[in-house]
Amino acid sequence: MSCRVGLEIHQMLDTRAKLFCGCPTELRRDEPHFTFRRWLRLARSELGELDPAALFEYSKGRTFVYESYLDGSCLVEMDEEPPHPLNPEALEAALIVAMALNCRIVDEVHVMRKIVIDGSNTTGFQRTALIGFDGWVDVEGKRVPVSTVCLEEDAARKVGERGGEVLYRLDRLGVPLVEISTAPVLSSPEEAGLAALRIGQLLRMTGRVKRGLGTIRQDLNISVEGGARVEVKGVQELELIPKVVELEIQRQRGLLEIRDELRRRGVSPGALDQRPVDVTEVFKGTNSRVARRALEAGGVALAVKLPGFAGLLGREIQPGRRLGTEMADRARYWAEVGGIFHSDELPGYGIGGGEVEEVRRLLGCGPGDAFALVFGEPRKARAAVEAVLERAREALEGVPPETRAANPDGTTRFMRPMPGRARMYPETDIRPIPITGEMLARLAAKLPEPPEVKYERFTKVYGLHPDLARKVLRSYRLDLFERAVAEVGAPPTLVASTLEGTLVELRRDGVPVQNLTDEHLLDVFRLVARGGLVKEAVPAVLKYLAENPSSTAEGAVRALGLEPLSVEEARGVVREVLRGMEGVIRERGMAAFGPAMGAVMARLRGRLDGALISKLVREELERLLKGG
Amino acid sequence: MSAEGYGEAAAELLSAAGAGVFDEVELERDDGALVRGVLLPRPQYGDPNVLVVKLPNGYNVGIDARRVKSLRRVGRVEPSRGAAAPAPSPKPGLPRVHFVGTGGTIASRVDYVSGAVYPYFTAEEIYSMVPELEDVALVSAETLFNVFSEDMTPRHWSAIAERVAKVFESEGPAGVIVAHGTDTMGYTAAALAFALRRLPGPVILVGAQRSSDRPSTDSATNVLAAAVTAVKAPFAESVVVMHAGPDDTAFYVHRGVRVRKMHTSRRDAFRSVNAVPLAKVELPSRELKVFARRFTPRSSEGVVLEGGFEERVALVKFYPGMSPEVLDFLVDRGYRGVVIEGTGLGHVSADLVPSVRRATEEGVVVVVASQCIWGRVNMNVYRRGVELLKAGAVPAEDMLPETAFVKLSWVLARAQGREEAVRLFLTNVAHEMDERSEEWYYPPLNYFERYVRG
Ligand SMILES: [Zn+2]
Repeated sequence: MSCRVGLEIHQMLDTRAKLFCGCPTELRRDEPHFTFRRWLRLARSELGELDPAALFEYSKGRTFVYESYLDGSCLVEMDEEPPHPLNPEALEAALIVAMALNCRIVDEVHVMRKIVIDGSNTTGFQRTALIGFDGWVDVEGKRVPVSTVCLEEDAARKVGERGGEVLYRLDRLGVPLVEISTAPVLSSPEEAGLAALRIGQLLRMTGRVKRGLGTIRQDLNISVEGGARVEVKGVQELELIPKVVELEIQRQRGLLEIRDELRRRGVSPGALDQRPVDVTEVFKGTNSRVARRALEAGGVALAVKLPGFAGLLGREIQPGRRLGTEMADRARYWAEVGGIFHSDELPGYGIGGGEVEEVRRLLGCGPGDAFALVFGEPRKARAAVEAVLERAREALEGVPPETRAANPDGTTRFMRPMPGRARMYPETDIRPIPITGEMLARLAAKLPEPPEVKYERFTKVYGLHPDLARKVLRSYRLDLFERAVAEVGAPPTLVASTLEGTLVELRRDGVPVQNLTDEHLLDVFRLVARGGLVKEAVPAVLKYLAENPSSTAEGAVRALGLEPLSVEEARGVVREVLRGMEGVIRERGMAAFGPAMGAVMARLRGRLDGALISKLVREELERLLKGG
Repeated sequence: MSAEGYGEAAAELLSAAGAGVFDEVELERDDGALVRGVLLPRPQYGDPNVLVVKLPNGYNVGIDARRVKSLRRVGRVEPSRGAAAPAPSPKPGLPRVHFVGTGGTIASRVDYVSGAVYPYFTAEEIYSMVPELEDVALVSAETLFNVFSEDMTPRHWSAIAERVAKVFESEGPAGVIVAHGTDTMGYTAAALAFALRRLPGPVILVGAQRSSDRPSTDSATNVLAAAVTAVKAPFAESVVVMHAGPDDTAFYVHRGVRVRKMHTSRRDAFRSVNAVPLAKVELPSRELKVFARRFTPRSSEGVVLEGGFEERVALVKFYPGMSPEVLDFLVDRGYRGVVIEGTGLGHVSADLVPSVRRATEEGVVVVVASQCIWGRVNMNVYRRGVELLKAGAVPAEDMLPETAFVKLSWVLARAQGREEAVRLFLTNVAHEMDERSEEWYYPPLNYFERYVRG
């Protein structure tokens, strides 16, 4: 199945201060110190330029409540003070990223204001600047064009919504991000995953980016042949990318099949000029909780016929997701109505067969027809029916272009219509910043080493087996490997096989390795390097840490009783074990080495180097046999 | 074809290609980079030989003209001022409110092609920016002049006062709103308070601390709160209406003679000094709550205008080591009044006392206010104060130094002789002074303690 995928990667930079003020870039968990309330607005004459999604959000007239910390945000984030000059540390990091991605660099950086009126920016716009363009990155032999590298401020974190109010927290607002966009040339789920990995790896190798969950966010644009360009936002885990792409291909194909089936059935757009029918009476004594609650609150039940759709609303297009799900998503978005059902899932949810038959009768549904049923406040219910009909019309066309959000299982849900062209104008509070040749020459020295050079070093200097070296080079933990070897002094092969082998095995065994942070791993390697842990015990310690993430490597060793023994202590244990099996030894001589080794290992595994144990067993065995 | 704002190297490159600003161009840089986009005018700052190009994705980038190998003109875009504002539909029977523009921008529109911001000052654009006004007032608007706040002079004060008086007389609005830059808004507000002696409704100064081209502008809500004040206020004084805090929901109505800009950038930069605000407006409820116990009510007896301000008046801040020459210079140059922002209760160094005496002898009115901002001048407590009084200095009582300056300018434009000027200066004209200083005038010092944890 051919597809075209482009990536848009947002990576937080690891700078001391935010992009336009001196505030720290750490996210907070404690209670905010204070809140304030704002509205955003545009002149009505400008609204004509708004895309439908923005206009819709705007028309809700939301109040934005911002939570803030005295020591975490300042007047700049509150939009009570003009921005300070662009953070030079962030600019340098963005330039390094752009250069590492082989971009052309602009001669002068112009900061722009990109209008965003969902409240996530207190100003009503996001400040963003284009740093590099027309770059490339090699992904497994394929040259993938990098269209742009931009430096921008992150938005405030949405922390809740109640009534007409949206709650945001200001800690994240203003944290510098680089945004990397590739051309839509990736042609398979695996390739998309590899490209994201390669770019993520490069970002980490610059040493200028933040690590950990939530510090990198991948957006994908995906289209299949005959489908449409669909944006998928907010894929946080790299591993999920191939799955998201695969499931999106599946969805677009499913929608194309539904379209073809509708055409075969002769369903025309005109057939969908349906008016909703008020079927409230039918549900007067209903057993459906959702329906009862909506009607008791003064709501109505509206039904609308979907001619020729029978069986198609319930057809699965992604695991657990159907055309009916997509209609419900739309109704929720445009009408904020939750109680929506379609005929392919009824009877069910407390709605009985009798009720279904009555609705079908009132709508005049034939056997090939489907219907949608909405419970809610009259105005909202009508809007929901409109949204359903609109989605039904789109089903006749195939795949609607739209912005979708990734679910944790790799499926996606409708988020909003495709945004229109970005509306940008210059940020006049920030002067243009010249980028000189000298500046770029100085930064060229700070670029990460190219992969070929690294391969040479890993195999020649670190003595890694070529296969293992290649594995490390493809790994998302490449930078961690380098740190563990260079900064911590752990043995390269151990580090490489732990990161690329042990972790995979542990995951396969169901150990929650996602709990292991870079700090956990470095802590373990440090202990190995210091002689506080033998390499055989590493898997057990990692398993313990994954299950007890608040522990340290030393704590794990203590809890597991894996403190390394001295050679003399170990020799004592070996003697003790051999004495216990003296009969066998006398009988079989040196042939008893195998069983003896097994018995000793049961006591000493993970507490001394295996080769050393073997040496001790041999020595003690010989001594016993000789000494008699 | 124009190379607006560009330097020689850039202009040469452009003219060779027959290209100018707002042309779509395609260029190749010396490193082979290809750039296509709309050439924009060069901003005043930065290197004039760097071309500013707007790319199709909306970003502006700077490309050094000296690095350009080839440039070709491929088309042209017309910067637009966007669609005209749609016709407003105010509810019938609403009270009238008139807007006078003096340079503060209330409404503006952005052209996303050129990035230019166009300020507007028509009733249509005001409604377009603040649609809520359709339920509040029938709006009319005019631009009187267009000057930066810092370029305002006493002549502008008189012109505004005359225009406001005329509008009240001929059009009978519920109130007049003056859009004004915030930097010197306090001075103008005080000037209008003295010049407009009797009014049928309030004159309200309003501005924005965040420019009106951004979605987060405070302009719109300030204007709405000002319109609510114009329609609902029982008082007919010169006032300033601005945010009461960082929230877009509360606004204070400050008496023009008592208000001072106390912060460089915050929305709630304006504070009443030695007084509490006259009133508060809340949004979205549009309620107006009056705090003041005494105010000048709306009058049905016609407007009384007493414009005109003496321009040879100075406001000078005393500082340690200040030379008496500063004062002597003003007297030598024929100044008729000087307000000195003295220290504490109203003091200056001993060196200055003879110069004050000499100024007084030459008919100059020397007023002493305090650089403490809060509190009242009292020149009887310490010897220096007594010496200054003897030398002829006039205490500004609890007036703001800026208000004392405006008042002295107004007084000197109409009093006959020094003696009458001093008498008039010490007379309460527009609630600018008060013999009582109430406890709640001074903001509590422990405001920060509610944030202290643990
Ligand atoms: Zn800050």
